[in-house]
Order: sequence, then structure tokens, then C-alpha cells
Amino acid sequence: MFDTTLSLTDVIFLAKGAGITILVTAISVVIGTVLGILFGIIRVQLGAVLAAPLTFFLDIFRSVPLLIQLVLANAFMGMVLQLQLSGFFVACMVLSLYTAAYCAEIVRGGIDAVPKTTRRAARSLGMSWGQDMRHIVLPLATRVALPSWIGLALGVMKDSALVYVVQVTELLKSTQILITRLQEPLFLLLICGAFYFIISFPLARFGGYLEKRWSND
Amino acid sequence: MIEIQNVRKSFGQLEVLKGIDLNVAKGEVVTVIGGSGSGKSTLLTCINGLEPIDSGKIIVDGTEVHAKSTDLNKLRQKIGIVFQQWNAFPHLTVLENVTLAPRKVLGMSKADAEAIAEKQLKHVGLGDKLSTHPTRLSGGQQQRMAIARALAMSPDYMLFDEVTSALDPQLVGEVLETLKMLAEEGMTMILVTHEMSFARDVSDRVAFFHQGIMAEIGAPEQIFGDPQHEETQKFLASVR
Ligand SMILES: Nc1ncnc2c1ncn2[C@@H]1O[C@H](COP(=O)(O)OP(=O)(O)OP(=O)(O)O)[C@@H](O)[C@H]1O
Ligand SMILES: [Mg+2]
Repeated sequence: MFDTTLSLTDVIFLAKGAGITILVTAISVVIGTVLGILFGIIRVQLGAVLAAPLTFFLDIFRSVPLLIQLVLANAFMGMVLQLQLSGFFVACMVLSLYTAAYCAEIVRGGIDAVPKTTRRAARSLGMSWGQDMRHIVLPLATRVALPSWIGLALGVMKDSALVYVVQVTELLKSTQILITRLQEPLFLLLICGAFYFIISFPLARFGGYLEKRWSND
Repeated sequence: MIEIQNVRKSFGQLEVLKGIDLNVAKGEVVTVIGGSGSGKSTLLTCINGLEPIDSGKIIVDGTEVHAKSTDLNKLRQKIGIVFQQWNAFPHLTVLENVTLAPRKVLGMSKADAEAIAEKQLKHVGLGDKLSTHPTRLSGGQQQRMAIARALAMSPDYMLFDEVTSALDPQLVGEVLETLKMLAEEGMTMILVTHEMSFARDVSDRVAFFHQGIMAEIGAPEQIFGDPQHEETQKFLASVR
């Protein structure tokens, strides 16, 4: 179907880009989820009014386009703070906060979905706030939040394509470089899409598996 | 011993408990009856410190429940409470529901906690449901599991808040039987109930609540046979 001049070296070059995409996504999703759980719990504990400053801070990351966040953060770190940070570091930092902002909302929704009466039953058995959180609230909230969280993780992976603006050559950027050289856009984008699919698929399946297992409980 | 002394409690403008005095001795079974909104549930949740009070005192075995220095998590270990809604932990099996608090709160080993949980679950007739998830149980079974879960902490006191009200009529009997068994074993209990013949059967004393006041308290024969307070008479006439 395609008569290509793509060489093995080029495929390795693409695979390296895919590796960067996986790495940026994995780091951002892990840090963003930890922060998101923390921010989500803080929001629930403080209530809407006291948590307003935090909510406002997180809303910035949810409402400003990621591309602009990346460019501004990079400029701010370099020119204002005079820090010589790698593009990779800035990319992970911005994407982590971006993930955390969405994750905090998901966590809040999950915690709110745990009935107050269930929590009261746990506390009445002598469980502390922390024990209630750890053994009752978070496990139940996870079940509620998981589908949205999987969606978020997959979204972050696709959005990570934007980190090229801070000079990180991830999968899509690698593909564009090859397109410029080989002039085979359709074929290369097909391969690039296949890479994205291969990365996403296990996560989506894993989410489906957990959901099914939990609904059998 | 539970000592309730002139307890007042409001939700916003609404005064729900207007100076309640009640002592419950070790081994005693006190049932609380009264109309909707009279403050029965609120009193129970105050006793184990789930709700703060505005004034007065509640003292359990010499410990003032609402004193700042009181470790509520510790105090609650000896006061079991079961609610109208049975509140199973849906992500845990029946056995895990019952072992969780003994393990995490009392620091028991898994084996010890399971031994106690099995004993309590057998006691309430759920010995064959250990590895089932509570969502697969009937309401009556879930309620009995909640009772076993509270009993597994070896509490000195048990509070029951209308534990049969959310059950289908044919499931009420099995839960009442369980409560009766506990009463006969000498458990100190305060029960809020709408089951009048049951209250007459198991109680040492019956308290009638009306609009935040304990209008009358006495032996079941007296309350049901010869109620003194006008509101008690009206209430009993309405539920018969
Ligand atoms: N958390 C709360 N916030 C505000 N008002 C409350 C709260 N809990 C109870 N109330 C109010 O306090 C009053 C007493 O409630 P309580 O649940 O103690 O009554 P009850 O005697 O248990 O009634 P029922 O027989 O219907 O269960 C009611 O008017 C109720 O609406
Ligand atoms: Mg009530």
C-alpha cells in the first residue's frame, strides 16, 4: 500500500519519541494524581469558602490553554527566576499541575459520593479521621472516580504532544521531523497514531477490567 | 454507667434537646419512644460524641464525652451504635466489615479479629455469609451484620436507632430477635424504636420524648398501661 523510504533508524527515532511521551505522561500523571488527591481532600475538608484560594489557583490550570501555560512557565522560569531548567523538567512540572487541577475535581466528586452515613458508621466504631479516609472513603471514592481518572490520564497523554513548544521532542514532534524529511505525511501519521494507540490501549483496558471487577463486588 | 445531665442541643434556631436528664445503669435496657423530630436520634448521636452539645454533660463511665481532653476514638470503642440505615462498607466482605475496626482500631491480629468476627456473625445468624459482599445480603441480614460489627469491638454499651424501621415487615422479626437476645445476655442498651410491643417486652424502663423534652419515663407496664402525661397518652393512642 505504501512504498516507503522509512528506515530502521527512523523507526527507532519514532520509538524514542514515544518513549518521551510515555515518560512525560507517566511522571505527570503520577505526580499530578498524588497532588490531586491531596488538593481534593483539602478542598473537601476546608469546604468551598475556605478552599476558595486553592480552587482559584487550580481553576487557572484548567482554563488557560496548556500551550500557553507551557510557554509562559518556560519563560517565567528562565527569564524571571533565572533558572536553567531543561524543557523536559518544565514540561513535567506544568503537566503535573495541569493533571493535579483536574484530578482534584475528580477526587472531590469521588469523596462527596461516599455517603455521610457510611463515614459516620466508621467513626462510630472508633476509627480516626485518617483511618476512615484510608479504609473507607478513598477505596469507595476510587471506584466512583476511576472512569474519569482513566479519561484524564489518556487526555494528558494526548495533550503531552504540546510539550514540543518547550523543546521536548516527543512522539508527535518526532513524527513531524520525519515528515519534513521524508515527505510521507499520511504514512508517518498512521504509524504515529498506532504508537499512541498502543500506549493508550492497556490503560483503557485496565480501567475496564477494574470497573468490571468492582461491579461484581 | 451513662449519665445525661441537663443536655441542650440546637441545630441553628431549632432547639432539639431542651434539657435532658437520664441515667442508664450497667445492664439496663432503656427504650426511647416518641414522635418524629422529638430528638431521639440526636440524643443517641450525642452520647457517643458524633454530635456536639450546647450545654449540660454526658458522662460515660466517668468520662465526660464532650470534654476537650476526651479521646473520642477511644471512648467510642466501648459504645456501639447501629443506625436505621445499616451502612455496610460495600467494598468489603461481611467478614472484613466486622474485622476492620478490631484490626485497625484495637490493633488485633488478623487471626484474632477473624475469630471474634466469626463468633459474632454466627451469634447473629450470619455464620454462612462470611465471604459474601454485603450488597448481596437482604436488609435484615445487613442490619444484623451491622450489629455484629459493633459487637466485635466488645462494647460495654449499645445504642440502637430505629434499627428495624427501614426493613421490610417480614425481616423485622429476625432483627428484633437479635436485639432481644442481647438484652437477655445483659448488654446495656438504649434503643430508639417504634415497635411498641417489643419495647414493652425487653425494656427495664421506657422513656417518652416529646419536642425535645423527656416527658415521661417509667417501667414499661406503667408507660404502656397507665401513662401519666397527656402527650404520652396521645402518642400511644396514635401508634396503636
Ligand atoms: N444535622 C442536622 N441539621 C439540622 N437539623 C437537624 C439535624 N439532625 C436533626 N435535625 C432536626 O432535629 C430535629 C430532631 O431530629 P431527630 O432526628 O433527633 O428526631 P427523631 O426523634 O429521631 O425523629 P424520627 O422519629 O423521625 O427519627 C428534627 O426536627 C430534625 O429535622
Ligand atoms: Mg430518628
